[in-house]
Amino acid sequence: MNSTPTNDNPFAGDSSGIQQRETAARWGLRVGSYIVVLITVAIMLHIFVKGAPVVFRSQWPFVNTQFLTELPATLHVIEDQQGNHIETDVNGADAVKKKLGDHFRAEKTISYSGGGILGPIVGTALLVIVSVGVALFLGVACAIYLSEYAKHGKFLEMVRLAILNLAGVPSVVFGLFGLGAFVLTAPRFVGVPAERSVFAIPLGFTTISFEGWDTCVLSGGFTLAFVILPVIITASEQCLQAVPQGFRETSMALGATRWQTIRYSVLPFATPGILTSSILGIARAAGETAPIMFTAALAFKDKLPWQKDLPPLPADASIFAHWEQSVSRFLGIFTESVQALPYHIYTLAAKIPQNEYAERAQYGSVFVFLVLVASLAASSVLLRKRLRAKYRW
Amino acid sequence: MAADTPAPTDTEPLIQVEKFNYAYGDNQVLFDVDLNMRSEDVTALIGPSGCGKSTLLRSINRINDLVETARVVSGKIKIDGIDLYAPDVDVINLRRNVGMVFQKYNPFPRSIFENAVYGLRVAGIKDRHDLEEAAERSLRSAALWDEVKDRLHEVATGLSGGQQQRLCIARAIALQPRILLMDEPCAALDPIATARIEELIHQLRGQYTFVIVTHNMEQAKRIADRTAFFYKGRLIEEDDTMNIFHHPREQQTEAYITGRLA
Repeated sequence: MNSTPTNDNPFAGDSSGIQQRETAARWGLRVGSYIVVLITVAIMLHIFVKGAPVVFRSQWPFVNTQFLTELPATLHVIEDQQGNHIETDVNGADAVKKKLGDHFRAEKTISYSGGGILGPIVGTALLVIVSVGVALFLGVACAIYLSEYAKHGKFLEMVRLAILNLAGVPSVVFGLFGLGAFVLTAPRFVGVPAERSVFAIPLGFTTISFEGWDTCVLSGGFTLAFVILPVIITASEQCLQAVPQGFRETSMALGATRWQTIRYSVLPFATPGILTSSILGIARAAGETAPIMFTAALAFKDKLPWQKDLPPLPADASIFAHWEQSVSRFLGIFTESVQALPYHIYTLAAKIPQNEYAERAQYGSVFVFLVLVASLAASSVLLRKRLRAKYRW
Repeated sequence: MAADTPAPTDTEPLIQVEKFNYAYGDNQVLFDVDLNMRSEDVTALIGPSGCGKSTLLRSINRINDLVETARVVSGKIKIDGIDLYAPDVDVINLRRNVGMVFQKYNPFPRSIFENAVYGLRVAGIKDRHDLEEAAERSLRSAALWDEVKDRLHEVATGLSGGQQQRLCIARAIALQPRILLMDEPCAALDPIATARIEELIHQLRGQYTFVIVTHNMEQAKRIADRTAFFYKGRLIEEDDTMNIFHHPREQQTEAYITGRLA
């Protein structure tokens, strides 16, 4: 306080260093926050401006349904003498060329940039279902054990450290682990073990052979589950800890066992938070590319997972045979490799020559992807709000 | 359940605490406590904060087992002559017979009905009719029935504080325990709600054996038959309430009840 007030007001402000530092700190923090907002808006606008025209149309039905309901295909672009570009697929190319006749000038093909992105959407959905199912089961079980049963001590600290480390593992490492563990060595039931089987246990009627699941939804889903496991465990544990200790004591004092206490008086009140965290886990699982590169994803596939050629049933096949085939068709979904949105975007952006058509497909895919993930996040917020209102203490 | 067994004669105390030593880790909090509580009495445990009275109360239904480091160093607590810490005692059955009401009223954020029948539900009773009957009986006993009978299925956290605490009492007596432990049941309530709880304890006197921890000495005077004074983990004095407050034998007791010892 080296400066003294010049007038008679003892409370008058002075320009001492304290106030200047205060102002500087406030503005520094404010500018930092503004930059974050600016970047977020820039990303959103960029994707929206470039991606929305691919998905939306100015005429009825306003949505480019082809983009959302067709599988990716090679795009054929035919140029006539006037320089007009006609886009078509492989089946339409000849007809267009014939119609143009002498007016035909050039044709180019762009891989994966035609059709739509239904295949990647379906693949990502399947991967998310498997991974979140596995991760929720393992994660919530682990969180309940850690929060409600485990005694404080060395072991508990070790488990926590392990979870923390799991969260820090780069996702490509998970990918390689998934390749080794699920694609190449996971156990499966087979009649005759394959040659590459690591280890086989004959059971008489069948054999458990450690020969892996191949690249498929199951392998990718399990790999992704390990990527999001730390998120789900940590968040679930926090939600369980947030339930008042009094509920547990009261429940036990009324003669409930520990599991009854958890089942009736802890879990219901932790569920909103656990669901929220699991939806954020969905967004994470949907977005990861590296873990599925080696375990589940294909750059291109011309069929949906359930479009598999099964031997046709005889006309007099029993209803049981039909039913059995439906079940095997359903289970077969999970043993198929699929396309996935993040990997599709990677393929479009890095694996094919760049031009305006490839760019259009990229931004369309990214836009759809962003909308899907953002709506998941939004629904998690809504869900939490509704459940919070239901269980308040 | 407990109500079926005949009450023991007055000569035999219901709860016997014998040379009880209790610790959290290395920190011993109860030293050689000897205390008998007669059946159907209201016993008040008083003493300054940290004197061990709540620990003793929470040892009677072994709810303190939930505290990881808590352990019995030596001594016994017996109910009807049975050692509660014997290996063949099932804490679940013990807690069904020894109800507890906590300081902070904490009904579950469920309906009033579900709160009232929680203990019965976890005991495996499913019959709707039985549950409804038990809910009405316990809510009537807790003097809450007339206030909530039209909104049994509304969420319990919408009740006033006093009503919530009476619901907690109803929830505890729905299991028809013999003993009711109360850990400062009125500490979070205003004077009017406190008066209603005390009135309720008077109404229930004789049906249950009450053990009440309280910081409010006027309350101990109003409701307790016997009062035990604890200081620094030791039982200093235990006697009829009137003797404790009017003719204390120990100097420390007198200092505490006159406000000179905190």
